[in-house]
Amino acid sequence: MAPLLHVDNLTIRFPRAEPVSNLSFEIAEGETLAIVGESGSGKSLTALALMQLLPRAAKVASGRIRFNGRDLLQLDAREMRRLRGSEIAMIFQEPMTSLNPVMTIGRQIAEVLKVHERLSGRAARKRAIELLELVRIPAPEKRVDDYPHQLSGGMRQRVMIAMAVACKPKLLIADEPTTALDVTIQAQVLDLLDTLRRELQMAVVLITHDLGVVSQWADKVVVMYAGRKVEQALPGDLFNDPLHPYTRGLLAASPRLKNDFHYRDGALTEIPGSIVSAAGEAGCPFRPRCDQARASCGQRVPQLTIPAPDRLVACPFTSSIKAVPHAAAFSL
Amino acid sequence: MSSTDIGTFHSVARTPYASSAEAEPPVTSNPADGPAWSNVKAPDARSQQSSTVTVTNGRRALKVFLSNPNALFGTSFLVFVIVIALLAPVLYPDDPLSMVGRPFLWPGQDSAFPLGTDSLGRDVLSGILHGSRISLFVGLTATALGLTFGVLVGSLAGYFGGWVDDVLVRLIEIFQTLPSFVLLVVLVAIAQPSATTVTLAIAVISWPTVARLTRAEFRAIREKDFVMAARSLGYGHARIIFREILPNALPPIIVTSSVMVATAILMESALSFMGLGDPNVVSWGSMIGTGRELVRTAWYLTALPGLAIVFTVLALNLIGDGLNDALNPRFSQDR
Repeated sequence: MAPLLHVDNLTIRFPRAEPVSNLSFEIAEGETLAIVGESGSGKSLTALALMQLLPRAAKVASGRIRFNGRDLLQLDAREMRRLRGSEIAMIFQEPMTSLNPVMTIGRQIAEVLKVHERLSGRAARKRAIELLELVRIPAPEKRVDDYPHQLSGGMRQRVMIAMAVACKPKLLIADEPTTALDVTIQAQVLDLLDTLRRELQMAVVLITHDLGVVSQWADKVVVMYAGRKVEQALPGDLFNDPLHPYTRGLLAASPRLKNDFHYRDGALTEIPGSIVSAAGEAGCPFRPRCDQARASCGQRVPQLTIPAPDRLVACPFTSSIKAVPHAAAFSL
Repeated sequence: MSSTDIGTFHSVARTPYASSAEAEPPVTSNPADGPAWSNVKAPDARSQQSSTVTVTNGRRALKVFLSNPNALFGTSFLVFVIVIALLAPVLYPDDPLSMVGRPFLWPGQDSAFPLGTDSLGRDVLSGILHGSRISLFVGLTATALGLTFGVLVGSLAGYFGGWVDDVLVRLIEIFQTLPSFVLLVVLVAIAQPSATTVTLAIAVISWPTVARLTRAEFRAIREKDFVMAARSLGYGHARIIFREILPNALPPIIVTSSVMVATAILMESALSFMGLGDPNVVSWGSMIGTGRELVRTAWYLTALPGLAIVFTVLALNLIGDGLNDALNPRFSQDR
């Protein structure tokens, strides 16, 4: 079966930079794909490119985005507008500011239905209440007339989700949906997304920098670094046996609660340097920060290779790195 | 089972959520109380929240407005003027320009003419009452026209940016570089002076201010997350402009419009004073204009309509200040 979404060699270019280069991935219907990477790795731009909502200065320089048999890059503005919100929807990082402060949440949800499904005011309101119930907001008949400032952060994110799933989209893009929420609410919101994914048979692109989220909710993981895919794997494989030095660094840098280890007991591992280190240089973008870097890394960007079924990695030295004793420090 | 670090991390993270599936406390719905959550972990939440509260909550803004004595005085005086304007044809059904008594009666000299008569024996009180009609008509209509056009131009320029913005800003600048009152005099002199042309001319010179203000607001709000969210839901430009951005841009525009009414009244008076008003209706400015030659012998002929202008304009400015305090979150925070 053809995948629901197929991103093929997507390159996004600003006048002076190329924040996403040659990115490819696929999502099947009903699947959750996690895109992981640190700030500036091009995750959010990729999401905006899928929605065709890139900032004015950014251009898709090459590549194709095939969604449900159509190339999104070929659609005109009107067709794309019809698709947004009805077949592809997005939820954002900041529930505090992503709702219109001067409109009740009920009217904001109803607005989506009026635009895409041409519902009347009364029917839209009824559906809005049902949707609030669907996203587990207590007493939806009362809450429907609340303004966003009367709701907590978690509730607002639920409202955002209700608006996004109002027209039963086939693809939901969640751009760091829980970063602004505290941990208990985070789990609730992600659990809700997962339930909705199954109930509505949506595919979900989950953009995050939280590896914990990935391990629990993703079917497939893409690790991005400096706009490139450096590794792709099933979550279990990724956590048990990370191949790319960057993925290893990311996992090592996650706070560990094993054996009562606390960050007061010792320094957290870090990846030295920053993502801009390699800007404008040839070769592997991770080279300046990589403790395994060799002279040949500076010559050209490593190609993605297939070290095992369902896996891709953009580092030619993964097998030799494994032998290095340093890897044992990750206690995997 | 391989116990990775992340796995352990997860079992810890998972426990609380399972038990507290719907444990979010209901937020108090009393708008005056503010939110129940603490701001310890998100210090910026307070400022964000307070701005939205004051913008959204009309009732709270009204309370702040009504607790301000200046604004209250301004509003009651304006209501008083409006009532007078409405009642003028009932109280004085005759033409205020007709000669009804002996000329140069001082106020209080004759109980039939409480505010006296002018050089032609016209009733001053009747003139002031009827004059309020033209002043308010010109002030309100010119403001409404200027506001409509200014908001339209400003929102298009601010929302679309790019070449649309360039063209519209040039247009605004053309009007702003001309001295506005000179332009007004020229416009009225070219057209026949009548209440309609005066109103249109005032609207023509007052819209650029609104346009600039609206453009600035739109440029700021356009970048907000909720506008991006609206675009991600497939809304068209018109819907985003009028339903999403404009309601959020309104507070400063409302404040400006109250001052615009005052300015329009002053401009109409100035035109009438110069003899460029509608000659067939009495207005406060034209009364001052005809009385100015007699200012040394019969100063009340200029002073009385002058006071009417002063108090009306003052009332409108006080309302503008009050609205600013009520709608602007930075000032209403600690009230």
